[in-house]
Parts: sequence; structure tokens; C-alpha cells
Amino acid sequence: MTSTTPAPIRSARQVTWARRRLATGRMWKQLRSDRAGFTGLIVLALFVLMALAAPLIADRSELRDDSSRGQLPFRPPSGAFLLGTDGIGRDVLAQVVWGARVSLYIGLFATVVAVVIGSLVGLVSGYLKGRIGALLLAVDDFFLVIPFLPLAIVLAAILGRSPNVLAIVIGVTSWAGSARLVRAQVLTLSERGYVDRARALGGGGRHIVVRHILPGVAPLIIANATLIVPGAILAESTLAFLGFGDRQSPSWGRILGDAQDKSAFTSNAWWNFLPPGLCIVGVVLAFTLLGRALEKIFNPKLSGR
Amino acid sequence: MNAPLLDVRDLHVTYHSAQGPVPAVRGVSLQIAAGETLGIAGESGCGKSTMAMSLLKLVAPGTTVTGTVLLDGDDVATMKPGALRAARWTKASVIFQGAQHVLNPVRKIGQQIDEAIILHKTGKPGSKHTRVGDLLALVGLPRRRADDYPHELSGGQKQRVMIAMALACDPLLIIADEPTTALDVMVQAQVLRLLEVIKRERGLSMLFITHDLSVLSSVADRLAVMYAGRIVEEGPAKELLRGSNHPYTRALSGAFPTIGDPASRFAPKGLIGDPPDPTDLPSGCSFHPRCPVVTDRCSSVHVELVDVGGDLSRRAACIHVGSGS
Repeated sequence: MTSTTPAPIRSARQVTWARRRLATGRMWKQLRSDRAGFTGLIVLALFVLMALAAPLIADRSELRDDSSRGQLPFRPPSGAFLLGTDGIGRDVLAQVVWGARVSLYIGLFATVVAVVIGSLVGLVSGYLKGRIGALLLAVDDFFLVIPFLPLAIVLAAILGRSPNVLAIVIGVTSWAGSARLVRAQVLTLSERGYVDRARALGGGGRHIVVRHILPGVAPLIIANATLIVPGAILAESTLAFLGFGDRQSPSWGRILGDAQDKSAFTSNAWWNFLPPGLCIVGVVLAFTLLGRALEKIFNPKLSGR
Repeated sequence: MNAPLLDVRDLHVTYHSAQGPVPAVRGVSLQIAAGETLGIAGESGCGKSTMAMSLLKLVAPGTTVTGTVLLDGDDVATMKPGALRAARWTKASVIFQGAQHVLNPVRKIGQQIDEAIILHKTGKPGSKHTRVGDLLALVGLPRRRADDYPHELSGGQKQRVMIAMALACDPLLIIADEPTTALDVMVQAQVLRLLEVIKRERGLSMLFITHDLSVLSSVADRLAVMYAGRIVEEGPAKELLRGSNHPYTRALSGAFPTIGDPASRFAPKGLIGDPPDPTDLPSGCSFHPRCPVVTDRCSSVHVELVDVGGDLSRRAACIHVGSGS
């Protein structure tokens, strides 16, 4: 109990930061050793780099939707157009590079919306077991069973088609699963002795949830978020493919939609639909791999499976 | 005599399960004076903890609590939620059983002791770290333990942390719910001595719950024995343990071997059977199916606590006592 060699005196903050550095280092090592998860991280980093470097790679003016520029439709890849041109003569490479921005932005923003709503609903419905909890659970069930696509199409049609609106529409329609997940964890956490102790201490509901329950569910929320992103990106691609995207800032789904409109598939213009399609698959796969790896790190019980 | 610090009258606590109401506490009345320790003894499931927790309304939502609980003159039953939260820990704090589960594993000891101080704003700003250190020193732990996580402490140390936590807001009453149950005998003795010293130095009142009568004999001034949600016998601890009037108390104290008397080890005087199911209580005296001195009238007569032999400080609920004999 009593050690004779006094440790060098460090302030509480120094101790905390040293611990955090250690924890982050441990997490990083675990991620490094998970080959699939680390691959996902690298692929993701490449896509983010591409999105950030878009102005250096391609001119934004290439995206403009004017058939008057006199370019020939569906030119195959060449020195001037590395990925050829689409049905109205636009550079496919420029579209794919700029589309990465839109797709990633909407995917991440929609995830934030979904995670915030899902966590709030999960926390409240798990902690308040009374009438409010039951009501929130019913709302959650409602959103869980509602078919996503029709609801999203209706909402997008009513609310408009800017990227932000689209992200909110996707977020609002995809939080139900994570609310369920958070609620289940809150239910087990709120039976812990230290929650009783906090209540005896005179803590109110907000105090207990913020101090004792939220820290317990936070890792779950983070891991779950990385698994929501691919769904959100796919949802965005679906909506854009169906024509609910912003014409000014095309996403990958939008490129596929345009290709479909101009019958790139029957014209054998593979350079028009293959790159955006592969990008969607790549990003979704990268996020899923990373999410699984994070889930394993935060919840070691899963790694046995 | 001044009004007692804690005055409980006719407390009933009823849980509501899918099988119907479960009366866990059925009409408990008790008083604790300032500076006094009342011990509550009884088997598992007799309503000790439920009774203690309902004093601060720390029962599951939907549980019915009736009766009056006057804590330092205020009725807990009629308090508004805000006032109730303010009274918790500043008027009465709790030392829980099983410190293991009551400390949050992912927060430091210091932060957790701080929690009450911050919640009730009883500490002066800037003084809180020395306050946590003082509390730790008070319970015999080095100040630097504040930066440790619960898993870095032993069971006895955790229980000391719980005591420090209970003292954080200078309460008038400490409810100790089996504070030494999970500890080995040596550590148990240390913790009990610590509680005794702190209690005496600060003039605290204490409600001490345990199933271990040998613990109570060293800590409690007065003793109340509970059975099936009721107090069946009450009196000064020493007298009650020397000669009890209720057969249940006799059985309970007989279950402990007498030190220095090897014969008692080989002739256990335990009680056969289990405490009754609260949803299906026996008629009359609820102890009669297990009672060694049961009579025909026990299953029909309703027994109340009566003064024993004119002595005002001792009461028992048995037809063999007082006018019933």
C-alpha cells in the first residue's frame, strides 16, 4: 500500500494525458495488427485525399451541364480524358473526383444526424422506463419497419435536393437501428450499482446519464457510426441515381443516373459507369472493414467469433 | 427529549410485480436520536435493505411507499423531487453493500468522491482537491489514491473509499447497508473500527444493517430485529443479545457459535426453513410456521410490538411476551 520511492510529481492533467496517449497508442497498435481494418483505413484515406485534392486534379468547370461545348459523347479514355467522357461530353474523371466530395460529405453528415438522433432516443428510452420510454420505443419501432426508399423519396421531394437536405433526409430515416443498440446497452448499464449510488448521491437524471451512462455507451456509438456511413453513402447513391440529387454538384450516384439516362450501358461506355461504381463499392467496403475493426477493439468479446 | 433525527412511522413499502403486489415492508416504526446507532438485523429477504433505501425514496419507480419519514424534521414523503435530491447525501448518505459494483470502473476514485461535492456545491471553489484528499486521509488512505481507478484498490480499500464518499457532504445520518459483508474478518474489523471512530468524532447517527449479530453487538447502541417486513423485537443492543424475548431473535443469536465454547460449534442452533414469501404470508404471527415455541393461537392472533415487562426501552411482538403470556 505504501511505496517508498516517490514517483516524480506530476499534475493531474499530465497524468491524464499520459494515460490518454497510452490508450491511443494501444488502439493504434490493435488497428495496425488488424489487416482488413488497416486496409480499410488506407483506402479511406486515399478517397479523402482525392476529395480534398479535387481542385488540383480536375477543373470544376468540366462539370457544367451544357451540351453546347461541342464535345463528342462517350469518347473512350485517352490522353486528354483519362476516363473518357460521358453522354454529353463531360470529363468522367472530373466528375468522379468532385463526386467524391459530395458522396463523402453527405455520407458523413447523414451519419452524424443519424447517430445524434439514435443516441438521444436510445439514451432517453433506455433510461426512462416509464411512459416516455415506451412512446420513444414505439416511434423507434415505427422507423425501424418503415420502408426506407419511399419515405426518403417523399421527404426529398418535399424538402428539396441540396446536399445538406439530402443528408438530413438520410439521417432522419436511418437512426432507428442505432437507437435500439444504444438502448440495449443503456438498459444493462442503468442496473449497475454505481447508478444507484449516483441517485442516492442526489444526482438527477441528466447527471446520471451524462456522467455514468454516456461514457459506457460512447465506444459503442463510435463503432456503430462507422458502420452507418456505408449505408448512408449507398442511400445517397440510390437517391441520386433516381434523380433526387443536386444537379450543380453531382455525386457518384448522380453520375450513374446520368449514365443510365444517356444509355451508357447499352452503348458499351464502360468508362462512364465503372469508375463511379467502383468508387462507391470501395468506400463502402473501406468503411465496413474499418467499422468492424473498431467494433472489435471497443468490444473485445466479438473477436472470438 | 429533543425530537429524534430520524422518525419513521408506519412505513409500508410494496413492490408491484407481474404476480401482484409484494409487501416487502409492513408497518415499520423506528426512531434514531442524534449520535445514536440503530442496528437492523434479520435474514436475507426480510425487508432490511428495502426499508433503509425507502427512507430516501431510493426504490424502483412504481413502488408504493406510505407512512411518514421525518428526517431532521422534514417529511421525506412529501418532498418535491428537487428538495429530495438536495436532501440526499447532505442529510443522509448511504454506504452500499458490495463497493465493487458501486464504484464506476472507468472513473477515478477522486472524481467519484468529488461527484457529491460538485452536485451539492458544498465545497468552496478551488478547495475540492484538498477536500478529496482530506476525506481519503480520514479513512486511512494515502491522498494520491485519488488518481487511482477502482480496480487498483483492494476490497477493504474500496469500502474505505465508500465511507469517504458517504462523508463528502457532512451528512447527519449514515445508512450503512451491510458495509462489511464481502470483506474478510480482519478487514471487517478494521472497517468497523473506522466507522466507530468517525461516528464518535463527528457525532453522526447511523442506521446499520446486517445479518451478522456479532457485528451489531460491537457497533450498535440499539437493535431492531426484522422478520417478514416487520420489526419483531427492539431494545438496547447489549441487553437484547444477552436475553431476547422473541424466539426469532433467540434463533438468530443462537446461530453464532460462542467463542471459547467448543460444544456450541457442534450443536448448531440454527433455524429450519426459509423466511416466508412476502406475497404469501402466514396468518397471525408470520413467524409461527418456524417458531420453536408455537402455540395454537399463534396462527390466528395478530401480534403487535408491546413493551416488555414495563421496561420502556424494550419491545417485542410475540404472544409469549407481556399481557399475551
